[in-house]
Amino acid sequence: MRIIHRKLLRDLISLKGQVTAIAVVLAAGVMTLIIAVTTLDAISLTQDRFYGDYRFADVFVDLKRAPEGLAERLREIPGVDHVETRVSAPVRVEVPGYPDPIRGKLLSIPDGRQPTLNQLHLREGSLPEPGRDDQMLISEPFSEAHDLRPGDTLTAIIRGRLTTMTVSGVALSPEFVYQIGPADLLPDYERFGVLWMNRRALANAFGMDGAFNNAVISLQEEADAASVIDAVDALLTRYGGTGAHDRDDQASHQFLSMELDQLRVMAIFLPTLFLGVAAFLLNVLMGRIVRTQRQQVAVLKAFGYSNGDMAVHYGLLTGLIVLIGLVAGVGLGAWAADALAAVYMEYFRFPAISFRLQPQVLLLAVAVASGAAALGTFHAVRGAVSLPPAEAMRPPAPETFRQGWLERSRLGRFLDQPTRIIVRNLLRHRMKSGLSVLGVGLSGALLLVGSYQFGAVDDMLDKQYRLMHTMDVSLYFSEPTSAHAVAGLLHKPGVHFVEGFRSVPVRLANDGRDYRTTILGMDAEPQLRRLIDTRGQRQRLPREGLVLTDYLADYLGVRPGGTVRVEVMEGHRRTLEVALAATVSEPVGVSAYMERRALNNLMREGPAISGVWLLTDESRHAELYDALWDAPRIASIGLIGEAEAAIRDYIDDTVLVMMGVLLLLAGSITFAVAYNNARIAFAERARELATLRVLGYTRGEVGWILLGEIAALTLLAIPLGWLLGTGFALALSEAMSTELFRVPFVITPRTYAFGAAGVLVATALSVLLILRRLRGLDMVSALKTVE
Amino acid sequence: MPHANMPSRQVVFATQGVTKVYRTGEMIIHALRGVDLELYAGELTVMLGASGSGKSTLLNILGGLDSATDGQVRYGDQDLASGSDRMLTAYRRDHVGFVFQFYNLISSLTARENVAIVTEISRNPMRPEDALELVGMSERLDHFPSQLSGGEQQRVAIARAIAKRPAVLLCDEPTGALDSRTGIKVLEAIAHVNRELHTTTAVITHNVVIAEMADRVVRLSDGRVSDVHVNAHRKSPAELSW
Ligand SMILES: Nc1ncnc2c1ncn2[C@@H]1O[C@H](COP(=O)(O)OP(=O)(O)O)[C@@H](O)[C@H]1O
Ligand SMILES: [Mg+2]
Repeated sequence: MRIIHRKLLRDLISLKGQVTAIAVVLAAGVMTLIIAVTTLDAISLTQDRFYGDYRFADVFVDLKRAPEGLAERLREIPGVDHVETRVSAPVRVEVPGYPDPIRGKLLSIPDGRQPTLNQLHLREGSLPEPGRDDQMLISEPFSEAHDLRPGDTLTAIIRGRLTTMTVSGVALSPEFVYQIGPADLLPDYERFGVLWMNRRALANAFGMDGAFNNAVISLQEEADAASVIDAVDALLTRYGGTGAHDRDDQASHQFLSMELDQLRVMAIFLPTLFLGVAAFLLNVLMGRIVRTQRQQVAVLKAFGYSNGDMAVHYGLLTGLIVLIGLVAGVGLGAWAADALAAVYMEYFRFPAISFRLQPQVLLLAVAVASGAAALGTFHAVRGAVSLPPAEAMRPPAPETFRQGWLERSRLGRFLDQPTRIIVRNLLRHRMKSGLSVLGVGLSGALLLVGSYQFGAVDDMLDKQYRLMHTMDVSLYFSEPTSAHAVAGLLHKPGVHFVEGFRSVPVRLANDGRDYRTTILGMDAEPQLRRLIDTRGQRQRLPREGLVLTDYLADYLGVRPGGTVRVEVMEGHRRTLEVALAATVSEPVGVSAYMERRALNNLMREGPAISGVWLLTDESRHAELYDALWDAPRIASIGLIGEAEAAIRDYIDDTVLVMMGVLLLLAGSITFAVAYNNARIAFAERARELATLRVLGYTRGEVGWILLGEIAALTLLAIPLGWLLGTGFALALSEAMSTELFRVPFVITPRTYAFGAAGVLVATALSVLLILRRLRGLDMVSALKTVE
Repeated sequence: MPHANMPSRQVVFATQGVTKVYRTGEMIIHALRGVDLELYAGELTVMLGASGSGKSTLLNILGGLDSATDGQVRYGDQDLASGSDRMLTAYRRDHVGFVFQFYNLISSLTARENVAIVTEISRNPMRPEDALELVGMSERLDHFPSQLSGGEQQRVAIARAIAKRPAVLLCDEPTGALDSRTGIKVLEAIAHVNRELHTTTAVITHNVVIAEMADRVVRLSDGRVSDVHVNAHRKSPAELSW
């Protein structure tokens, strides 16, 4: 091996602390990229495969009832490839030993075989045997939640009759990748399940012999979905069709898309931020390492090594450090992405996860890392070689200091000599001090970005569930019901307060954009479901007109005073223009609201309600469920406490796990940067400090010069970190707003304190490590060696 | 003893009106104020002068480590003053051996490696072991600089300078940081190389005694050559004492 390479390896080993620090910074940046991009890729790739392999339909429609013969007419619509007609029915399910109400969605499959579209992936067991009416397939998450295996039984209340069913198998469907109950925001695997039965048996039980009430359709390539949907609607409206829709309005697909959108934002934003910061730090840190070797460069040059030789030498050094960081970053990143993808798979149910490292992502990581490191190295090497060797080799000339404000100011007189040294050093090396402050500040900012969402998410959920959704049980009736039902429910066990609401499925449209949602008709000042305006103030519902979540109003491009086209998707389907009266600010979901009687008027009906919200005595819930169980009109029972717990779990598992990883990375970066700063400060000052020791200064006094400088830089860096972090967090909040939720831009004092504490702890740890070196500072050799 | 300078007087270095001005901030320092000097093939020149008189500056310019502000510097038929960085690098690589006052060994390399790092890029070098033998350092081949005394480090530095068999050997206060016994050892190594390899040698010192080992003594004061003196008899370093 050439001696110069041996020098390289020895340098690498003797600089191991700093090399590790730089590699950590780089690895953290690369990890962020790999995690975000690979997780995104894994989920969307898995989705594509599942949809393709199991023939996920393109168009979906629900209707009241149509004769099976109509299927042929659907097939004849231009652009339609396959049509699968089905019977679908809501069902109540009881699992032995489980107290809470469970809602089921029963779907038919052709007797004894797989459907053409939305095929099932069998996890366990088999399809129901042909001709059997007592067997069903159940969805995997539901089976896991209740530990149900093939052969186990459960009870379904089909049209009021208790029927014992046997589980024939456990399945996954592309239709229920995200298995969510109607009107739910998040999955609840214990209280909602998808069940499949033979068509003949199901049709029989629900009086659907020779008929269907649901169809799914696949399109030919290049078919125009919109025109197919129109044709389907034209055909089915007579049969009570509630409007065909494409995948965008299919619940599972919609949620999956939103999640992917959010991941996509993170996949761009976070790596840009982390890799950007890492690149900047890499640039600075590599530059410093090379600068500490200025004298060695001069010696080698004096003996005839060329500038090119030096560039290659330090290029190799940089290359090795980058390689270490890259390998660690890619390895750990792939590992973490795999783990994170597995977390997502808890919520998105696929048969198997397709995981791959995309070469272009690796290439990007390599390019950014090498580019940034090379830039820093190049600058420093150029600086080192551009000096005549003679000059670079002189023991550093006493630097020029000038009489400044320090001497003139009154403050100056109170400072002891060591403190003067600190202040002068900082002022003399403004550029370098500035870069150190910026470096630590940036890593502090990353700490803030990694941690603010924890507080912000809490804030969001508190707002949603402590301020807005104050009911604890919600009931949906199977059909719109007279408002008199409220009085009856008040007498149920443990019920303190009842509030009725009307809920109408609609399609809102404006300006070429449309969105399917429901209009919630409520009292002008509902007690259990408050509306909050943008300033956090409680808002009354206006007597007329529509109120929208501001996010939805923005999406539709409409302001209060304008109008929205409302297409009613229930009962008599009609399209109306309704004025937008106001907007409300809500962090979770998007909704539309009206005063209940105004909505009743719109629907041309009497004072009807679709469901009620209850305030109950939690200790009497079991009694209450029993009582509600017997009420025939109740289609579903929702527990808000459970919903809140579910959404908190979901966010903890997905967003916050991701943020937790980032926080860890931000912490590593902070430590690496602080340590590096301290090391460099020590290396630069070693001679000076040794001299002072020789002159009789104590270790403590000498230590203060070093620590004081580091402390001063850190204290400057903290507010800068707050500032930068606030900016980053604001940008991230904006970027991550989705229909599902909009994490408010709230940075709590605790988050700021946390960011500052992170920087301080990292600095303190680094200083401790450096103090060990200071103790070992050999006065004589420090004065002698000139490298 | 036949003086190297006597028979041929072949000029190796010739400078004319060399000046060097340092500017640091508002300060302007005239380190050299017009130096005219010739150095001859194979001779050992000692440059004497008070601290700050410009000795190092001149030597650095001769060695291609620094460039003159004005004036001519010729090495053989090459013009160092107008040389490009590439040309100066080649010049240093192929012709010059330098010994620095503060040794400037590379701390992460052993004695042998500190020499080898130079011989690796030379055309016709000695084996590093031989070069170290020449300065009496055979016993310490695998020691790192931090494990060597000042005098030993300086001898490694000399071995490093001579290992490539340079045409010129430039030494900046090679004994400045050494006690006299060690200093004499170092000077012996230099004289030995000068004699055996006929290397044109210049040694800087502010120690007048050392001048007695020279063929010629050049005195610098205040950035100018104030006196050139030819020693009738060149002493061997062993005969010196201070
Ligand atoms: N790089 C430099 N920058 C500024 N002044 C310098 C530099 N190098 C040398 N000098 C000044 O030039 C003068 C001559 O220096 P030098 O040649 O090192 O003297 P000597 O080696 O004779 O002691 C001194 O006044 C010194 O301070
Ligand atoms: Mg000098």
